[in-house]
Amino acid sequence: MTAARLETPVTAPPARATQNRSEWMQAWRRFRANRAALVGLLFILVVCVAALLAQVIIPYDPTFSYPGMRGTGPSPAHPLGFDHIGRDLLARVVYGARVALLVGLGATVISVALGVLIGAISGYFGGWVDTILSRIVDTLMAFPLLALLIVLAAVLGPSLSTTILVIGATTWARFARVVRADVMALSKSDFVIAARASGVADFRIIFRHILPNVLGPVIVIATLGVGSIIILESSLSFLGLGIQPPTASWGGTLADGRSLIRQFPHITFFPGMMIFFTVLAFNLLGDGLRDALDPRQRA
Amino acid sequence: MLNYIVSRVIQGALVIFLISVATFIIMRMMPGDPVRMLLGEGSIQITEAQIDAIKAKWGLDRPYHEQYLIWAGSMLRGEFGESLIRRGVTVRDMLAEAMPVTAYLNLMAIGVALLLALPAGILAAVRRNSIFDYLLTLGSTAGAALPNFWVGLVAIIVFALWLRWVPPFGLKSWDGYILPVAVLALGEMAIFARVMRGATIEVLSQDYVRTATAKGLAPRVVVLRHAVRNALLPVVTVIGFRIAFLFSGTIIVENIFAIPGIGRLFIDSVFRIDYQVVQSIVVLLAVLVVIANLITDLVYALVDPRLRTVGR
Repeated sequence: MTAARLETPVTAPPARATQNRSEWMQAWRRFRANRAALVGLLFILVVCVAALLAQVIIPYDPTFSYPGMRGTGPSPAHPLGFDHIGRDLLARVVYGARVALLVGLGATVISVALGVLIGAISGYFGGWVDTILSRIVDTLMAFPLLALLIVLAAVLGPSLSTTILVIGATTWARFARVVRADVMALSKSDFVIAARASGVADFRIIFRHILPNVLGPVIVIATLGVGSIIILESSLSFLGLGIQPPTASWGGTLADGRSLIRQFPHITFFPGMMIFFTVLAFNLLGDGLRDALDPRQRA
Repeated sequence: MLNYIVSRVIQGALVIFLISVATFIIMRMMPGDPVRMLLGEGSIQITEAQIDAIKAKWGLDRPYHEQYLIWAGSMLRGEFGESLIRRGVTVRDMLAEAMPVTAYLNLMAIGVALLLALPAGILAAVRRNSIFDYLLTLGSTAGAALPNFWVGLVAIIVFALWLRWVPPFGLKSWDGYILPVAVLALGEMAIFARVMRGATIEVLSQDYVRTATAKGLAPRVVVLRHAVRNALLPVVTVIGFRIAFLFSGTIIVENIFAIPGIGRLFIDSVFRIDYQVVQSIVVLLAVLVVIANLITDLVYALVDPRLRTVGR
């Protein structure tokens, strides 16, 4: 009876300054209760393991063309069949997961770093710095991202590193906006005024005192953002401006399937399915984290 | 209110100017030379002097700031310059050819999405936690994760190649519009339905709705007259915000279905290094986005009387 009572989540007091261990424990308890988010997390872990151990679990080379197997459908030894030039599709889909995760996580890291830094500077210092940075954020938020990415990828020459770089460099505006608002509010709070009065340097205040408090929303947006970054990457690769052949990527494999859609429709099916499930998994995980870390925002 | 509008217009103009300068710089950094691209590598014997002459004719030999001013000037006059690749065709003509196609496609997609998503969102909010609500939430979660190029390809396989209900590519007949509009509408529907549901749920718990119910109005009247009208506000914002995203979808969809709109012209021009066309489309998009955001803000002020009084 008492154990059950202890299990029920207690609403956290609005003590944002001291996000202690018990608060994270409560968040974990809330997260654990969300079955959809757990399924999402599990799926992401499975895809990560498959991508890391691709060489071990897939006995085929994703770039080797099997002679005479052009466009052959699924068989027990090759469960997804072959693509338009006789490469094993299962191998291409699993190795494609590497690219998707690498871009999804790599671009997110760049995006978060840029967004948090710019948002923190904008919110903490205010004034004309804030005005200029905010206009840039507005412009980036309003602009059709794919069009911008296409031009940048074409200018820099499409490759894996270009893709990670340009996506990271264009998707930070959402982080900047959220961090700016939170930092602005927090920089007027008592503990920051106290720190400033006792002579702590600005950047130390930002990094040690303010930013730990905006971690929750940033984690949530970052998780939700991984899905849309994976879609952006596969869109670019699909258009021929992302990952270049013969490297296997989900978007690139879809483009392969598209050129011979009449003869070999099976090529288009699985890469797209993997994009869909992976994006869905990240979205479910992000929704779960939002409910767990930021109960005020719960819809 | 007037001050507010003027300052927003000035801000918008500044954003457009910044985007035009940024685009111009990025386009000049592009590897490859449009003159050589047009002549073809090695296929035609040509001297350096002839290449210089062609560059001089197009103004590519001038300093960059002059090139920018010439281009900006021609845009302000509504001419947009001449295509570097399609000789003798002005960018304005190319845009005029492609724009109606894209506009028609997108308006139909938004229309279809609103027509289906708004009633669905309202119904789900009124019958909260019913099976319909559950299915709609599930559907919109899945819909938001669907990559539109894959949906387009699968739709072509199923409806055009297997069932032969519609043509797979092009807009030669009216039924060519069905798949592209459906693919574009699907993604928007997921978002509109979710926003409409959330907004309606929130409005239904407001005091004025309780008052309307308390004074004996039929539930139907309460929902349609009092709740929905106010719940539309966030939806209006989202529509304005989605204009930019819609164009990203258009690029993909026009590419898959071989539709001669702005999105396809954009991609083709990027691959042909047609500076004039790419930078003109980018600036045009910036103008569209700025106008859409401006209209959204104004509609917001008009729809919500509370905001209007604050504005005055």
